[in-house]
Amino acid sequence: MISFNSVNVAFDGRTVLENLSLELREQRIGIIGWNGSGKSTFSRLINGLQSPTSGSVTVAGLDTTKDGGKVRRKVGFVFQNPDNQIVYPIVKEDIAFGLKGLKLPKEERDHRIQQIFDQYQLSHLRERLTHQLSGGEKQMIALMGVLVMQPDIIILDEPTTLLDLRNKARLMETVNSLPQQILMVTHDLELLDGFDRVLMFHEGRLYQDGSPPDVIKTYREISLSC
Amino acid sequence: MLTLYVPRNSWLHRLPAGAKFLALIGVGTAIFWVPNIEIMAGVALISCLLFASAKIPLMKVYDQLKPAFWALLIIFLAQWYLEGLEYAGYVTLRFTALILLASLLTLTTRSDAMIAVIEKALRPFDRWISVEKVSLAFSLTLRFIPLMRSVTAEVREAQKARGLDRSLIALMIPVIIRTLKTATEVGEAVEARMVDND
Ligand SMILES: Nc1ncnc2c1ncn2[C@@H]1O[C@H](COP(=O)(O)OP(=O)(O)O)[C@@H](O)[C@H]1O
Ligand SMILES: [Mg+2]
Repeated sequence: MISFNSVNVAFDGRTVLENLSLELREQRIGIIGWNGSGKSTFSRLINGLQSPTSGSVTVAGLDTTKDGGKVRRKVGFVFQNPDNQIVYPIVKEDIAFGLKGLKLPKEERDHRIQQIFDQYQLSHLRERLTHQLSGGEKQMIALMGVLVMQPDIIILDEPTTLLDLRNKARLMETVNSLPQQILMVTHDLELLDGFDRVLMFHEGRLYQDGSPPDVIKTYREISLSC
Repeated sequence: MLTLYVPRNSWLHRLPAGAKFLALIGVGTAIFWVPNIEIMAGVALISCLLFASAKIPLMKVYDQLKPAFWALLIIFLAQWYLEGLEYAGYVTLRFTALILLASLLTLTTRSDAMIAVIEKALRPFDRWISVEKVSLAFSLTLRFIPLMRSVTAEVREAQKARGLDRSLIALMIPVIIRTLKTATEVGEAVEARMVDND
């Protein structure tokens, strides 16, 4: 479970998130809001990439600031641009990257990697050069690099923004099939169909928190009225 | 874009990356003992022939030397002024041969093989340096080459569309900003993917 306890975040004295307290238990949580409303800041608090200015964030009881490394083992993060997330030139090496930190025996490591390729039918990409993949393939590989770590929670920050319609559908099919708790920041509101809960950030605060249809309705009204 | 690697079926491609690395270090050192310009010219010529025997088109030789052209010209002119024409030719040929041989390594070796060689070479020093970190740094460097290239091309195009095609500053500023921004994001993604063992 993810828990925010009176969290404030300010950059150079400018408040971005104010006095936020909430618990996130649902399996599928969407995060929406205008550009600059604090969605990424909120997501990054959960895996300790961002520390609160005051207050605390915990994941399964671990403080994300103090136990960043342990928290990141539980929380996988997929960024908007896979080009920035993929660090090795060959696909299979990139998938292996996070596993190196776990100091698993080589057989176990190779086994896990193969399992991921098999499960998602991506074996044909194994030996490919990462920079030569299509945008859709890159985002899938970025996701595989996260899944191979077997996290409990996966955060996706605008994962479909750079994808065409077909790749968007493909990525979401995979995401929706995952057993993990998912938090997804998105501007593609239709992707939130079937989600359990949507958070909407606006004017430095959690403006609305509820079921997808209600929150999306408010969001549309606010966005189109100005 | 990046990968300098050109897939071909040649003996140089098949040669293990480690052997090529050692050969490059050996030849790169030996080349400083070449006594005169005639032999140096021979070395440079052989380097070109190696490209041919690796089935890499000679256009690639030109591609490899093009970015270094101005540096080579400056070296040539400076040495001519300081040491005379023959010595200038000798030094310039030496650098040319070195560039060609180093390119030959990158053109015929896949980046994963190079990383593997580096990891292997560093393994004995595991206790003092983090092999994973060095290999990560190397991979990131390899990744940044195509990035810098594509960013520069994109920015140049955008600026041309605005009629700014002659301004170096107008080109450099967005390129630097975008590269720094990407570097920050990559750093963050690396952090997100690094985990503790317990
Ligand atoms: N590292 C930072 N330093 C200064 N300001 C930041 C930093 N990160 C985010 N901000 C600011 O915080 C606000 C929220 O940003 P962000 O969480 O990225 O929004 P969103 O993801 O919703 O577009 C923006 O005004 C942004 O400029
Ligand atoms: Mg954002």
